[in-house]
Amino acid sequence: MSDLLRIENLEVVYNDVVLVLKGLSLAAEAGKITALLGANGAGKSTTLKAISGLLEGEDGAITDGAVLLDGQAVHGRPPEEIVRRGVFQVMEGRRIFQDLNVEENLRCGAFTRPRGEFRESLDKVYGYFPRLKERRRQIAGYMSGGEQQMLAIGRAIMARPRLLLLDEPSLGLAPLLVEEIFEIIQRFNQAEGVTVLLVEQNARVALSVASRGYIMEGGRIVMDGAAEELLGNPDVQEFYLGMGASGQRKSYRNIKHYRRRKRWLG
Amino acid sequence: MHYYLQLLINGLVVGGIYSLVALGFVVIYKATQVVNFAQGELVMAGAYVCFSLTVQFHVPFLWAFLMTLGFSVLLGLAVERLALRPLIGESTISVIMVTIGLSSVLKSLVQLVWGTQIKVFPQVLPAEPLFLAGVPIAPVYLAAFVLSALLFAVFSLFFKYSRLGVAMRATAFDQQAAQSMGIGIKNIFALSWCIACVVSGVGGVILGNINGINSQLGYLGLKVFPAVILGGLDSLAGAALGGLIVGVLENLCDGLAKDFLGLSGFKEVAAFVVLVLILMIKPYGLFGSREIERV
Ligand SMILES: Nc1ncnc2c1ncn2[C@@H]1O[C@H](COP(=O)(O)OP(=O)(O)OP(=O)(O)O)[C@@H](O)[C@H]1O
Ligand SMILES: [Mg+2]
Repeated sequence: MSDLLRIENLEVVYNDVVLVLKGLSLAAEAGKITALLGANGAGKSTTLKAISGLLEGEDGAITDGAVLLDGQAVHGRPPEEIVRRGVFQVMEGRRIFQDLNVEENLRCGAFTRPRGEFRESLDKVYGYFPRLKERRRQIAGYMSGGEQQMLAIGRAIMARPRLLLLDEPSLGLAPLLVEEIFEIIQRFNQAEGVTVLLVEQNARVALSVASRGYIMEGGRIVMDGAAEELLGNPDVQEFYLGMGASGQRKSYRNIKHYRRRKRWLG
Repeated sequence: MHYYLQLLINGLVVGGIYSLVALGFVVIYKATQVVNFAQGELVMAGAYVCFSLTVQFHVPFLWAFLMTLGFSVLLGLAVERLALRPLIGESTISVIMVTIGLSSVLKSLVQLVWGTQIKVFPQVLPAEPLFLAGVPIAPVYLAAFVLSALLFAVFSLFFKYSRLGVAMRATAFDQQAAQSMGIGIKNIFALSWCIACVVSGVGGVILGNINGINSQLGYLGLKVFPAVILGGLDSLAGAALGGLIVGVLENLCDGLAKDFLGLSGFKEVAAFVVLVLILMIKPYGLFGSREIERV
């Protein structure tokens, strides 16, 4: 039981003034899926960008703390180096290269990999997503949202990462497709032994594939535990899974309830 | 008729050079969103270096040409590193001012070293005209056109099929997403300046072989604006076509104006007149994408 990724007391500031992460710590166990949940604006995407080095282009900076990959500090390194060390982020909103075709997008995913493994990786992606194979010459911008998400994950598979950072893969997808995508994420995780850090709004589906979960609020972790434990926790049930504390419909009349809700949702 | 055919051929040859320079401009614009006002001076730098090597140092032309390519690569690296990289993240207007400054610096350097007189390249190809469908064409014109076309083909293939070329297109579309793929965008920026310098340098050498060069050569950069804006600023095919159109139009219009209106000097403005007319019909250029920022 070893952690591939450890984040210790991370502080991130945007534009030199906005403190967004306020001493965040978490760990992702090697070979497992770890879920990171939280309300809008909690700092989930910021956490992923701090790991992958992508804060650089957004005028964000790590002002304190550490990001350790296999015990080695990677914070402050440029993103291309972090990718070469085996960390790959699938960004929020898919970020497909819209005027490139499907296969060219996949080539970009394999940018840091030796040429020799390209064919094999490509076949692997097409194995997971036969639909991408049918559309391999299509301009990516004309594909449906679901297909674009497949392509975004396909690019990650091409990169053969050790640590895969997924930012809201279910965003804007129909429920059936969400299930399909998560099933593939799970298969990829098991087949390749990839460690996954999964950011999600859809807590139920995220916790159903994860072994561990963290809940963050206002730039800090406020709760963590085994996934089943979190699924069974009344607060989590109430605020993330949309169930009343005892399985009833939620009521907003109760002031105490409202305060608790406020605390959770920032 | 013969006269106009001759003008058409001249136009295509000069247009080919415009296309090359436009290609350089578009590559920089696409990859880095920088509007490069020093594009014409990059042409001049290449031309003078090649001139210097052949005439002053007596290097055989082919070698001089290859060395000019090498010099262009170094110039691209230096310009990107020293002038542009410190400005990453600064406002568009500052970056534009820097490229304007760069154009003045390059021009002054050339005047300082080589003076302002016209310099003539030694004759490399025979002067005997070739006959193509009965029209006499100077071999140097033919070579110029073939070389431009060849270079364009090489870069088209590069952007379509090579890993770096695809990465450059990806960076042009979304820098942060490109970074998330492990593409070092600073290297991509440097590479785009190298490409721009190389194609411009080749344009300069070709031009030197046809017309001779002087320190006003940089004004060629002005002709490239109508070419790229016609083509749509961010399209390679557009740059090629825009360059050819401008080259042909300015030659034909010049001929027509001389014949029918007795006006000379129409050459210099013809391209801009046509540009305005075309933009009235197609405001984003012939190939441009709609959301592009206008200059
Ligand atoms: N580039 C930026 N510059 C300034 N502030 C930023 C920047 N990016 C994010 N923020 C701020 O940081 C906070 C956290 O943003 P982040 O995107 O990490 O949240 P998130 O948890 O991913 O939210 P969501 O679920 O909506 O994606 C927000 O308040 C946001 O406004
Ligand atoms: Mg987010």
